Amino acid sequence: MKATVLVRPKTGILDPQGQAVGSSLRQLGFAVEEARVGRVIDLELAAGTPDEARAEVEQMCERLLANPLIESFEIDLEGRA
Amino acid sequence: MSRIRPKVGVLVFPGSNDDRDAAWALTALGAEPAVVWHADEELPALDAVVLPGGFSYGDYLRAGAIARFAPAMRAVARFAADGGLVLGICNGFQILCEAGLLPGVLRPNASLSFVCRDVRLRVEQADTPFTHRCELGQSLGIPVKHGDGCWFAPPELLAELEDAGQIVLRYAAGENPNGSVSDVAAVVNEERNVLGLMPHPEHAVDPLLGSGDGALLLASLVDSARERTLAAA
Repeated sequence: MKATVLVRPKTGILDPQGQAVGSSLRQLGFAVEEARVGRVIDLELAAGTPDEARAEVEQMCERLLANPLIESFEIDLEGRA
Repeated sequence: MSRIRPKVGVLVFPGSNDDRDAAWALTALGAEPAVVWHADEELPALDAVVLPGGFSYGDYLRAGAIARFAPAMRAVARFAADGGLVLGICNGFQILCEAGLLPGVLRPNASLSFVCRDVRLRVEQADTPFTHRCELGQSLGIPVKHGDGCWFAPPELLAELEDAGQIVLRYAAGENPNGSVSDVAAVVNEERNVLGLMPHPEHAVDPLLGSGDGALLLASLVDSARERTLAAA
């Protein structure tokens, strides 16, 4: 089973990388009000039920993939949002 | 009695690069360093532990996020829980935060640039095992060299730490090299036996190399480690 994890800087957390990207896009003439930069982690999981897989990926996020002080995460399980 | 050389472990992770400088500085200041490999499950008999600077595991994911799961870190967590002295320098600070042994987290510098320069620091707490040789309010000149030194804690956590006297060093006004909240450069845990800092005291132990101010911090640690050895004997 495939899972995709999206890790984002939490709302309200200063994101200098996003700011730099946003200002570059504006310099290129795009009307961008804000850009935030996060991280995508694609996982190939040993087979299991979708519920088991989701519970396991949540554990992965809490223990390693995201730092809850500054990041939020979202799990996408083979297209099941 | 001061001739007793306390034994201070220096952890080595894949990607550590200040381990030998730390060991050299500790030796110069009267300690006996002992190198501890990251894969070791147990620590030898130690009076203190130093987590040195570097780029453990390439800083992949977040600086320190992977090193915190090394077997030796489980042993360090037990050592700290028993009251053992633990000092984390730069990458060591990042690892201690990721491991939850210190509050907050280190983020990429606000400038997104690596900084390598001497900074002035102000001693905010002189009654810790890591700063007792300093005066409260003393100004120290110690170099920094990091890309992920922007210490962050949410406002309510920061206020708690301020009230509890856990902010130990701050960058002098106008000298914050990384955008850390409230100019924080060093934090101690509630029990005051685990401290992390971004500047590198081990690179400032000899005036010939620009500053001897780092020796005040490391010699404080060596004194404290020695006292604990004697108290336990």
